[in-house]
Amino acid sequence: MSAAHVPLATTRSATGIPTGRLAVWWVLASEIVIFGGLLAAYVMFRLHHPHWHAEASHTNTWAGGFNTVVLLTSSLFAVLAHQAALRGDGPRAARLLYATIGGAAIFLLVKAFEWSTEISHGFTLFRDTFWSFYYTATGLHGVHVVVGMILMTLIAADARRDRNLHRVELIGTYWHFVDAVWIFLFPLFYIAR
Amino acid sequence: MSHDTAAHAAAHGSVWRRWVFSTDHKVIGCQYLFTGMAMAVIGGLMSYVFRMQLAWPDAPVPGYGVVSPGEYNALVTNHGSIMIFWVAMPVLIAALGNFLIPLMIGCDDMVFPRLNRLSYQIFLLSALVLLGSLAVPGGGFGGAWTSYPPLSAKGAYNLTPYGAPLWLVAVALEFVAFLLGGINFVTTVMNARAPGMKASYIPMVVWMIIIASILFMASVGPLVAGAVMLLFDQILGTRFFDPAGGGDPLLWQHLFWFFGHPEVYVVLLPAMGIVAEIITVFSRKKLFAYNTVLLTAAGTGVLSFLVWAHHQFVAGIDPRMAHLFTVTTLLISIPIAEMTFVFIATLYGGSITFPTPMLFALAFIAEFLIGGVTGIFLGSSGTDIYLHDTYFVLAHFHYTFFPIAIIATFAALYFWFPKMFGRMMNDTLGKIHFWGTVIPFNFIFIPLFITGMGGDHRRIYSYENFPMQMTPFLQELRIVATVSLVILLLFQVVFLFNFFWSLFRGPKAPANPWRANTLEWTAPSPPPHGNFATMPSVYRGPYEYSVPGRADDYWPQHVAN
Ligand code: HEM
Ligand SMILES: [Cu+2]
Repeated sequence: MSAAHVPLATTRSATGIPTGRLAVWWVLASEIVIFGGLLAAYVMFRLHHPHWHAEASHTNTWAGGFNTVVLLTSSLFAVLAHQAALRGDGPRAARLLYATIGGAAIFLLVKAFEWSTEISHGFTLFRDTFWSFYYTATGLHGVHVVVGMILMTLIAADARRDRNLHRVELIGTYWHFVDAVWIFLFPLFYIAR
Repeated sequence: MSHDTAAHAAAHGSVWRRWVFSTDHKVIGCQYLFTGMAMAVIGGLMSYVFRMQLAWPDAPVPGYGVVSPGEYNALVTNHGSIMIFWVAMPVLIAALGNFLIPLMIGCDDMVFPRLNRLSYQIFLLSALVLLGSLAVPGGGFGGAWTSYPPLSAKGAYNLTPYGAPLWLVAVALEFVAFLLGGINFVTTVMNARAPGMKASYIPMVVWMIIIASILFMASVGPLVAGAVMLLFDQILGTRFFDPAGGGDPLLWQHLFWFFGHPEVYVVLLPAMGIVAEIITVFSRKKLFAYNTVLLTAAGTGVLSFLVWAHHQFVAGIDPRMAHLFTVTTLLISIPIAEMTFVFIATLYGGSITFPTPMLFALAFIAEFLIGGVTGIFLGSSGTDIYLHDTYFVLAHFHYTFFPIAIIATFAALYFWFPKMFGRMMNDTLGKIHFWGTVIPFNFIFIPLFITGMGGDHRRIYSYENFPMQMTPFLQELRIVATVSLVILLLFQVVFLFNFFWSLFRGPKAPANPWRANTLEWTAPSPPPHGNFATMPSVYRGPYEYSVPGRADDYWPQHVAN
């Protein structure tokens, strides 16, 4: 049944904007308020806890900075993948998506290194509310990175066979969002001492 | 062409495929409806148990037994959570939205049918987790639907080490289901409208469900973040909300009410939309000031984000902040009053008839008015400091939620039943049910306003622990409320009988029994898979009733001239 019946609704576009693109933007809008709530809460706490200054100095700014560069580069690959998809070059789009996934993997490795050194130095989730926020925010962001990697793998596999090329743009939009969230996390948790 | 194959496949598919794993928006709508109705029965029976306890303290409740304090708390908490998250939202938004949106905008399904099915499945899972949370060791969560920490944050405080996290997981799953559903609704209305369906031709109830979905998406985010933090507090032992560990319980109150107050409008707006559809049809008049209603609805949505701290007047917030929130709260009564006036102006001079859906729609306006007016007392920080957390508050919000979640829902069910199931409900039974619901409802909650002013604090297991509150007068009022509740619940049996009897035995419904204009009535009753034989085009707004110079007093949206 599901194969036989493709609802007309899925192909209509009264706004002229592809439905998938609309949906991704709505997803991101609801994600923005989630991260927004978390970070707003963090900022309020930060203002009332001057001693967090000292705690924050124990995060590894170099690792965080390196990761920022990695994410920005991976976003660039996502843009190039989108361009390739627009030209109808599925295999090239797929290769560029794999490069994006590689960036995500490096990011996670660095993150794992940071977390393990921090934990081994006693800066655990429970040490102080600062660290609770730190692990929760970077963890939630990390979950988004992992989800992005899974989706990109699926989409790249499709794109390699020139199928569903429009999804390359959608995952790219999502990936820029993940990138943008990090751009907020990095100064809030690493730089602002 | 695709429709023939679809209808063919649907007719021959297994029961499983057709009813359980269907992606048809109407089937999913009905799944939400029946799940919501089942949860309403459970939530209603819970209120029976705890009200009996309050009327006759410590006596065994017929059909249940003696209520322990822990059970009392769990019942209250889950009654509130169920009524809002598993009855009002699924029925008003998910069930009606799913059923009505594609039919009313003139297309054959949602733009993401499989996402739609997934959202129901997650919702069903959330309901099962919630019910399961009542059966785990330690019992169900009893820290109120607002789940304030630090009480809710540690098993050692709330004595429900499994019930509390499970409750939170259930609520979180429910949010995920509604986020997915909302994205589907909004994109469907943006992109899948029939040719000619301009924004100003969209029926009000569709608009309201869309605005409500956007409101939900915009308000729930911070609470999702808060829920993650609370869950970490509960199961990992972080101290986000525990002052003993550097956390702050007020933070939760801000995150919760930033969502909690808009949530009232999330369920209110669809109810307003239902009433708009019904009163135009049964007074044969155009909706007074369509554009203004839309603007006010959107404005109410925006304003609803600026009032949350009126729930925290006694929580130790800065008095200057209390002033600010008093002002914004009182401001919000203006748009709401405006909508009520629009309804009255629509009725004015109409040729009104009173079938059951119309009675419920009118009762909604009248009862909701009481809820709104009593809200003014609570929105003013001065009076709220005295009335906070008494039964006055409780009666107030039931005067808003009961009309929304119960009265407007009944209006919608009696109105769209013929379209949903292809048969008519019995109008006489409907009217018996109407009076049997609306009269006892007032006899439950008017007494509770009085006990509230008499000092009854809410969430109290037995007033015998507070001898001052055990005057014969107050106790008699509690008994009146409880007896009225039992009467109200008994009359719901009339509804259930009418509903299920009509489902199988009711007279066959014509395509357009109420002579309404909107597109859903041009499809057969019940609409087949794919909805319309030919996709409609739209020529005018939804409320062209009694247009001078026309033979019929209605002028359907799809008729060219
Ligand atoms: C027959 C109808 C109903 C009756 C008699 C009833 C009665 C009550 C009572 C007595 C309480 C407070 C108990 C206590 O604090 O000790 C309560 C709590 C509550 N009710 Fe209802 N209720 C009804 C329907 C509804 C409906 C339709 C909704 C919402 C859609 C609703 C939402 C709530 C909420 C949110 C709470 C607060 C729970 C909490 O404090 O955690 N109720 N109800
Ligand atoms: Cu409020």
